[in-house]
Amino acid sequence: MDDSAVSAERVRSGDARAAARLISMIEREDPSRLAVLKALHAYGGKAHVVGITGPPGAGKSTLTDKLVGDLRGRGRRVAVIAVDPSSPFTGGAILGDRIRMQRHATDDGVYIRSLATRGHLGGLSRAAGEAVRVLDAAGYDDVIIETVGVGQSEVDIVRIADTVVLVSVPGLGDDIQAIKAGVMEIGDVFCVNKADKDGAERVVREIRAMLETAVLNGAATRFTPLFEARSALRGADGSAPAATPNPGSTEQGAFHHIAAQAPGHPNLEIPPVVTTVAETGEGIARLVDEIKAHEAALAATGFLRSRREANLAWELGRGAAQRVLSELERDESREALTELARSVLDRDIDYYDALDALEDAMTRTRRAVTTA
Amino acid sequence: MERTIRVLVAKPGLDGHDRGAKVIARALRDAGMEVIYTGLRQTPEQIVSAAVQEDVDVVAMSILSGAHNHLFPRVTELLKEKGVDDMLVIGGGVIPDDDIPGLKAAGIAAVFTPGSPTGDIIEFIKKNLKRKA
Ligand SMILES: Nc1nc2c(ncn2[C@@H]2O[C@H](COP(=O)(O)OP(=O)(O)O)[C@@H](O)[C@H]2O)c(=O)[nH]1
Ligand SMILES: [Mg+2]
Repeated sequence: MDDSAVSAERVRSGDARAAARLISMIEREDPSRLAVLKALHAYGGKAHVVGITGPPGAGKSTLTDKLVGDLRGRGRRVAVIAVDPSSPFTGGAILGDRIRMQRHATDDGVYIRSLATRGHLGGLSRAAGEAVRVLDAAGYDDVIIETVGVGQSEVDIVRIADTVVLVSVPGLGDDIQAIKAGVMEIGDVFCVNKADKDGAERVVREIRAMLETAVLNGAATRFTPLFEARSALRGADGSAPAATPNPGSTEQGAFHHIAAQAPGHPNLEIPPVVTTVAETGEGIARLVDEIKAHEAALAATGFLRSRREANLAWELGRGAAQRVLSELERDESREALTELARSVLDRDIDYYDALDALEDAMTRTRRAVTTA
Repeated sequence: MERTIRVLVAKPGLDGHDRGAKVIARALRDAGMEVIYTGLRQTPEQIVSAAVQEDVDVVAMSILSGAHNHLFPRVTELLKEKGVDDMLVIGGGVIPDDDIPGLKAAGIAAVFTPGSPTGDIIEFIKKNLKRKA
């Protein structure tokens, strides 16, 4: 298949080859991808984007495999993007996440794509955002992204996913400290995998305690704005939100209602902490319920929209910065930069005048391009 | 920028271990390629679906157990059925010399037997890619 045969129609018709090729074009930043991506734009915005993150070896791929199986059982079409690191020395990579998911390879309702980070920091590949949009427009109901799994530097996933599942396991020793440091910012749903191993209950208790402390301290977490939006909603009509099927229970619904930890906190809420044994599938249905309950809560509060707005604003900013950087890397720009550097060294102008001159020049170029 | 070569490394058939495949996978990675490894006991259908979804340039299969005359050609046949004509397919493992011409006729571009230097495999891939790199 030639790259020019890739079209929005083919991607939309469920043609895995077309989608796969388009994602490759995204990876190498091929300008011919843009026409197809623009044509796909109108069809996006429907998929539930779920991030799976946590330390290497926590069972993210095994969990993803089981999530796919469960979601298929619920009649949903599922796409997976699994990211592994590229070697900083050779640029090569071994992408092994797929091993755990191969039973779905021949299911037409499942698409799995492995991506290497190709030097991008932040736990994902640079192509991940655009790849998600492709799979969304291709009609997958759920898009699951498995991140590299480096703990604290997993910043990108919170910008792309509607729901982030943070996976922990017993027996990580000091690694758990690393997760703890970033845990509050990242997770919407917390999963303690390998519950068949000793110490799982302790990990659950620790995570709950950390979440409670964060809430009591009023820490800025990923989940507090949602809780606030939800209580506002509850206050408005005086009833429990629809996303909580059993508001009094500590085991069901979008959120746990734990006992107050301090006076004045009768209804302290923390995100769900689900225990699983990914290898056997134990706890998976519950995990999917919580992931879906989170989506329902986002939708009920209008927070799905505001989270996507914030994420897209961030991505647009990053895209704009990328454009500026590319512009600066052109030969003409390099020459102009050298000119300016000389003027600064000769004390003709100062450093800040040079920056202003540069900014002016770039604005003029862009205006010339857009009016041409 | 040079295009990154993507390779699916797969083990069709019932082999119980994949040490050889892993050695190849690491060598290809060290040569700057992205290797998608699919693990043991893959059916030709699984291999072909994965190759398509991953948009690889190369499918590299290895068999020790002897079913290569059936399984390797089945993969090229399925690729043809799907209209995929731009993937390089190579095979390796314990394969008698007598079987090699038949495999080549079936679209296996090269067959590497145990002891083939990994450098040869890398060079073959780089020289014989069907898509322009
Ligand atoms: N005992 C136990 N092992 C598990 C469980 N889930 C995954 N594993 C194993 O943990 C290892 C790493 O799993 P993987 O899914 O590749 O982790 P990832 O690196 O986070 O994607 C594999 O050997 C799995 O078989 C579990 O629930 N219990
Ligand atoms: Mg993994």
